[in-house]
Amino acid sequence: MIVAQRKSIPELIDILKGHKKILVLGCGTCVTVCLAGGEREVSINASALRISSRLKNLSFEIEELTIERQCDNIFIEKAADAINRNDVVLSFGCGAGVQAIAERYNKSVYAGLDTEFIGILEERATWTEKCIACGKCVLHEYGGICPITRCAKHMLNGPCGGSREDRCEVRADRPCAWQLIYQRLKNIGELDRLKSVKAPKNWNTSIHGGSRVIIREDHRI
Amino acid sequence: MNHESFEPLLIAFCCQYCSYSAADLAGSMRLQYPTNVRIVRTPCTGRLEVEFFMKAFEKGADGILVAGCLEGGCHFTEGNLLARGRVGYTQKFLSESGLEEERIRMINISAAQARPLVDHINDMLATLKNLGPNPLRRVNPSKNAEMNV
Repeated sequence: MIVAQRKSIPELIDILKGHKKILVLGCGTCVTVCLAGGEREVSINASALRISSRLKNLSFEIEELTIERQCDNIFIEKAADAINRNDVVLSFGCGAGVQAIAERYNKSVYAGLDTEFIGILEERATWTEKCIACGKCVLHEYGGICPITRCAKHMLNGPCGGSREDRCEVRADRPCAWQLIYQRLKNIGELDRLKSVKAPKNWNTSIHGGSRVIIREDHRI
Repeated sequence: MNHESFEPLLIAFCCQYCSYSAADLAGSMRLQYPTNVRIVRTPCTGRLEVEFFMKAFEKGADGILVAGCLEGGCHFTEGNLLARGRVGYTQKFLSESGLEEERIRMINISAAQARPLVDHINDMLATLKNLGPNPLRRVNPSKNAEMNV
């Protein structure tokens, strides 16, 4: 899922000042699961914005709404009335959700969250990054552990030799991805995979090749 | 700053397994506590959401006391631990919004601790008297009339 974090209330106030009728729009998918932009967070942030607005005499009029998904037309339509009756939308969706709304309505749409990464819930209240969406998955080569995302140096032919006690030398709070890859391949009896030297990666499939688009001709009418 | 004439409105969310019984016991023991505390019985402090606290402040409450079971003694195992985290999270939002984070506090009380509960209530009320009224009541009193003492 896409993992995001909230912006602070002073940041949001700074973004919204000058506007009056504000729709705080939540998203019921990824950002709900990562406790950043669902119905509950919309309610909390809207309350905090109302309190701050009254203390600072900003006269915000805040409406709250959460739709199932902000990156899908079918669900965006359900917010149409609320979007139309407000001056500005503060989206609590991920970056994709914010842009999906902005492309469809001729009014200011602001991001209420900082979109961080594609990741998973590792343990209670802890999310970790697992994928950078490089566009050419190599997970089969590395026992299901992505060296591009999880190694700080993105090494395809690791390890770098700098890890200490299985910790990454760049971020000591994170495990060395190459230690994990070695252990994993050893456990599943595929250590031979490490004997071949991997060719440099073609990053054209990633964001470095420009904004990406996927067209499925078989699904077009 | 001391606000002598100000009587704060304190909302006390009390878990029915501990502090609500402690409040009941305080009554049986004829222990006095001020009338400006509103006790809200909750099935467990783990049921309390940050929205509840924010809404109460938005509507003009001067302070909130969340009274849960002693740590390790929650009827639902970890409801009071969840509440502790949520109170801390609410404090962040309060200070970012311009209200004092001391306006909300979590305490842990057993059903037998009537006297400590009354002491905590009095201590919280003293803190609120020192902080003064929730400024939102002054900013827009008409909308908050329902919460006035």
